[in-house]
Amino acid sequence: MFDEGRLNEIVKERKRWEKTTVPRWVRRHPERKGEFSTSSGRLIKRLYTPEDVKGLDYLRDLGFPGKFPFTRGLHATMYRGRLWTMRQFAGFGTAEQTNARFKYLLKEGETGLSIAFDYPTIMGCDSDHPMAKGEVGQCGVAVSSLRDMEILFDGIPLDRVTTSMTINGPAAMLLAMYVAIGDKQRVPRERLGGTTQNDMLKEFFAQKLCIFPPKPSLKLVTDIIEYCARHLPKWNPISISGYHIREAGSNAVQELAFTLADGIAYVESTLKRGLKVDDFAPRLSFFFASHNNFFEEAAKFRAARRLWAKIMKERFRARSPRSLWMRMHVQTSGCTLTAQQPVNNIVRVALQSLAAVLGGTQSLHTNSFDEALALPSEKAVRVALRTQQIIAHESGVADTVDPLAGSYYVEALTNEMEERVTEYIDKIDAMGGVIPAIEKGFFQREIADSAYKYQREIDQKERVLVGVNEYTVEEDWVPVELLRVHPKVEEEQLARLQRVKRERSNGRVRKVLDELHDAAKRDENLMPTIIEAVKAYATLGEICDVLRGVFGEYRELIVI
Amino acid sequence: MSSERKIRVAVAKPGLNSHDRGAKIVARALRDAGMEVIYTGLRQTPEQIVETALQEDVDVIALSILSGAHMTLFPRIMELLKQKGLADVLVFAGGIIPTEDVPALKKIGIAEVFGPGTPTDTLVEFVKENVRKRE
Repeated sequence: MFDEGRLNEIVKERKRWEKTTVPRWVRRHPERKGEFSTSSGRLIKRLYTPEDVKGLDYLRDLGFPGKFPFTRGLHATMYRGRLWTMRQFAGFGTAEQTNARFKYLLKEGETGLSIAFDYPTIMGCDSDHPMAKGEVGQCGVAVSSLRDMEILFDGIPLDRVTTSMTINGPAAMLLAMYVAIGDKQRVPRERLGGTTQNDMLKEFFAQKLCIFPPKPSLKLVTDIIEYCARHLPKWNPISISGYHIREAGSNAVQELAFTLADGIAYVESTLKRGLKVDDFAPRLSFFFASHNNFFEEAAKFRAARRLWAKIMKERFRARSPRSLWMRMHVQTSGCTLTAQQPVNNIVRVALQSLAAVLGGTQSLHTNSFDEALALPSEKAVRVALRTQQIIAHESGVADTVDPLAGSYYVEALTNEMEERVTEYIDKIDAMGGVIPAIEKGFFQREIADSAYKYQREIDQKERVLVGVNEYTVEEDWVPVELLRVHPKVEEEQLARLQRVKRERSNGRVRKVLDELHDAAKRDENLMPTIIEAVKAYATLGEICDVLRGVFGEYRELIVI
Repeated sequence: MSSERKIRVAVAKPGLNSHDRGAKIVARALRDAGMEVIYTGLRQTPEQIVETALQEDVDVIALSILSGAHMTLFPRIMELLKQKGLADVLVFAGGIIPTEDVPALKKIGIAEVFGPGTPTDTLVEFVKENVRKRE
């Protein structure tokens, strides 16, 4: 962007500055550390100048928002036209309790729903399963049948909200329940909007919530993508996620690289099904963390858009412009929250949110300050929402598109992120793709190594964690009453489950479960049969057990 | 010169909670400190954990849980350990465990509960100082 002659002068001056001005100053004021580095171990220079972006071509590498390569944003006007969706992940206890929390959040200004399910539900077990003891409603809402879902959405019109469901193994069943509610509310299926996370590949090496082995898991993922392409045009069948990879301990480059590798695998799987890329690619969505290093994170989001657009265009030859869009949801990083001096987390979340907004996210969840201790209390989640609202309405950052563009540092980071991610993708390609890499333990090792390195840095105080290894206090301050899920939730759930089983037609349930078994054996798309099953009030556990019988259960490959 | 028997530790994940980042770091730190570490993997029942402890002849069990199910699972684990004659195994816990639950857990025999932010060296020292002595 600078002509060669002028650039040479800048380089000359930079070298002079490093030989004279810098040492003179550093002699009397040494720098705080020997070296400064990003989460991904890359050295951060003292200063970035035009030299660091000399290869950057504005039209080729940045362009304009809404046009390839989308570095500057997916849409022409970004937040000037429409703010990101404020979508707070929520769920605990019974469906009634979570329904109340949903209504509270909507009243306080969130603009999209997001459901957190409890562990038994996530693992495809009913609330009365032996392994559900003590777990019902603890980390999310318990949903064992359509009845729970009906209560969850009581008074919430599905043609006026969109809902994201963080569900993977049993995604098909929960989506089926949502469709059934929509049918009951007489909302045309083409109007149902939302997302199912439905990203099994990352489960195998990051979040670890697997029911079935890899091949059948991928089959179910693809069933959902195919079904949505044909019948639920406003539904995002998948949220290809880096968040959990990051939370498991990876750095920023690994988070992005492994997510894109998963995305590539899903596109390939769906193409193998016989769909054309432009038939489903526009509805693929993504989910990232926003971690502590402000500029690295903002650069990551920008690089992510550019990388995916190139992958879709060059590798998969997508033609529709929408197939090139990387639409993302971001959540501020849970693992960066501290149990010590929890009020400090408000500041962390604010900075992380700002990075996501400056990175151009479509949707954002902000963590509550008490989340290192418990599920969000009402007061804390309100502060989290206010954080987004203050950024949106008071800070001015949403009033122009991609304001960080042109920063020598940010553009250098964005370029570097793209290069290093591409190296990883090439490496994974060379292994034969994501599934062989999982079987080799590749991702698991990379993540475990990064996690251990991060911990050592904290233990050795190379990395300061305010309130934890530095600036500690004897007496802490927690200004809210922490949320506690009452054990009687489990009793209530069990009672409800028993009533559902009594009141339904068990003959119909048996019949539809047999149909499901046959359909699974014939390798058909299981969505239609699963919808029938949930409408008959077959329970989540009963449906998953049929599939466990056909697909088997997953055994983890342990890598420390 | 007799060779000292290495301290044997089982790092366990009881219940359905699948957050294993901390458990794996603890496993690695204890291993780096010279201990023999067995990591059970996820979704262990109390019965499975105690069986592993028995089979592997461990001196220490480190329980990692973040799901809130500790008040159901830990008492069961401690009861089974007693039944199997493993009452002198050092048991400690970590993850997300409300401070108000710690006294009750200590009462049933959990030696210590280490919250988030505990340096790994603290755990290594704790084990070395509190593990039962073996001949």
